[in-house]
Amino acid sequence: MTDQPLLIADGLSKNYGTRIGCRDVSLEVYPGEVLAVVGESGSGKSTLLGLLSTELEPSAGRVAYRLRDGRVADLASLGAAEKRLLMRTDWGFVRQNPADGLRMAVSAGGNVGERLMAVGWRHYGNIRDEALDWLAKVEIAGDRIDDDPRAFSGGMRQRLQIARNLVTRPRLVFMDEPTGGLDVSVQARLLDLIRGLVAELGLAVIIVTHDLAVARLLSHRMVVMRHGRVIETGITDQVLDDPREPYTQLLVSSVLAA
Amino acid sequence: MNAHAVGGMPEITYNFAYLDEQTKRMIRRAILKAIAVPGYQVPFAAREMPMPYGWGTGGVQVTAAVLGPDDVLKVIDQGADDTTNAVAIRGFFEKTARVATTTSAREATVIQTRHRIPETPLSENQILIYQVPIPEPLRFLEPRETETRQLHALAEYGLMHVKLYEDIARHGHIATTYAYPVEVAGRYVMDPSPIPKFDNPKLDNCPALQLFGAGREKRIYAIPPYTKVRSLDFEDHPFKVQRFAKPCALCAATGVYLDEVILDDKGGRMFVCSDTDYCNGRQEAGHRGEMAAPVGEGA
Repeated sequence: MTDQPLLIADGLSKNYGTRIGCRDVSLEVYPGEVLAVVGESGSGKSTLLGLLSTELEPSAGRVAYRLRDGRVADLASLGAAEKRLLMRTDWGFVRQNPADGLRMAVSAGGNVGERLMAVGWRHYGNIRDEALDWLAKVEIAGDRIDDDPRAFSGGMRQRLQIARNLVTRPRLVFMDEPTGGLDVSVQARLLDLIRGLVAELGLAVIIVTHDLAVARLLSHRMVVMRHGRVIETGITDQVLDDPREPYTQLLVSSVLAA
Repeated sequence: MNAHAVGGMPEITYNFAYLDEQTKRMIRRAILKAIAVPGYQVPFAAREMPMPYGWGTGGVQVTAAVLGPDDVLKVIDQGADDTTNAVAIRGFFEKTARVATTTSAREATVIQTRHRIPETPLSENQILIYQVPIPEPLRFLEPRETETRQLHALAEYGLMHVKLYEDIARHGHIATTYAYPVEVAGRYVMDPSPIPKFDNPKLDNCPALQLFGAGREKRIYAIPPYTKVRSLDFEDHPFKVQRFAKPCALCAATGVYLDEVILDDKGGRMFVCSDTDYCNGRQEAGHRGEMAAPVGEGA
C-alpha cells in the first residue's frame, strides 16, 4: 500500500426524484486495499457503487481517480473514449448476476480474450494462451475453454467473470455481491479465490455486500450505510467486533451463528 | 412526358428514375457525406419503393439518385444478369429512366449488384452500387444500436475480433465466408454486404466509386476510389480467400468465384462461374471448359 489514494469520492449524492439514493458520501480507496460497503437492502450500496464506477451520474459531488501516469483526474472530466479505456484496462466490474457481466453466447476463451482484443492483441495463439492461463488461475479446467458460459454452473460463471475482468491486470475492481445466489460451499471457495488473487495482484477492491461474513473475510476496511448515508467506517475487525453505532450493533448482532 | 397517350387512356408517367427530385437530392447529400467519411454509415430517409424489402430497395434508391440519362446500367444478382432480381430492376429503370442497359461489366457506367463484384476489373468512370441487408457489422455481437454507434465513434473494434476468435476456436480457421468485415481507410469497420470473402480483395484500392445502400435499415455508406480496404484477421490466422480445385466447367476460367450446380440426385455436380457476363465473354472468346457444349452447337 502507498500513502496516495487511488480513488477519492467527495460529497457524493444521488437523488432519484425526491427519493434519496445516497447522500454526501466521501471515501478514499488506497492501492491494494479491499473496502467493503455493507448495509441492508435499499441502503444505497449499489447506488454508491454505480456512482464510483461512473455508471451513474451524481447529483452532487465528485469522484477523482489516480491514473497510471500518476495524474489525478476528476472522472466527470474524462472524455468518453478515455473513460471507456479506463474501464476496460484499469478497472474491472464483477456483477452479481454473471449473465450481466459475461457474453453468454461467446465461449469462455472469447470472454476472457475480449478485453485483450479490445486493447489491441491480434495474435490468436497468444490470446488463447493467456486465456488458458487465466482459466487455470480461477480453477476452470482448460478443456472447457471452448464451452460457452451457458454450459457452466453458477460458481464457474462467477469465476469466469473474474478471469475476464482481471486479464488486463486492472488496479481497481468493483464487485457487486459477487457471492450472491451461490450455495455456501461454493461461496467459500470463491471467496478464497478472490482473496488469493487480490493479494497476489495487489488489487484495490470495492465490494458491495449485505453479508458481513464476506466483508470479514475479504476486506481491510469497511463502510456501513443506512438510508443512503455512511454511518460508520473503520478497520473491518474493529467495526465488526466493536461497533459504535446502534444500527451497526444491530446489524452485527443479527448475524446467525453457525 | 406523354401526358396524353393515343387512344384516350392516360399513360402513367414517372419522374426520371422514379424518385422525385427532392428525394434524390436528399439521397445525394447522404452519398456525399458517405464519400467524405469512408465506411461510416450515414442515415437517410429511405422511401417505400415498389418492391419488397430485401429485394434491393436500398441499392435501387442509390442507383436512382446517381443515374443520369446517358448512363448505361447493369444489374447483377448473385453474379448473374438473368435472374429475377436483376431482370426486374433493369426493367424498372428502363421504364422509369429510359436509360440504356447492358449485361457487360465493361460497357456499364453504373452497376447495381447483389452479393458479387464483377470479375472484370472496374474502371474510374464506373460506380458500383451494393444492395445491403444489414449494414451494421457489429449487429450480431451487440444488439443495441446506441452502443454500436458508440463503438464506431470510439473505434472500439475488439468485439469484431471476438467473432473471428470464436470462428477459429470452433472451426480451427476463420469460417466467415461472406459479409467478411473490413476496415476502411484505417478507420471504420464496415460490412461489405454479403459478398463472398473471395471478393474482398477487389474492394481494396478499387478505381471505381463503391456505394452501399440499405433500404430497410436506412443507411448509406461508401468507399471512395482508390481507398485502402483491409480485411480483419489475426497475425497467426491471416485473411485468406476461397480456392477452387477445378476451373469453371463452361469457360475453364481459374481464379474466379465458382457456383456449385447440382446436376442430379446421384451426386453429380458442376462448378461454373458465378459471374455470367464474364463466363459468356470467355466462351465467346473460344475458351471451353470440360462440360461446355462443343463449338457450333451453342444453346
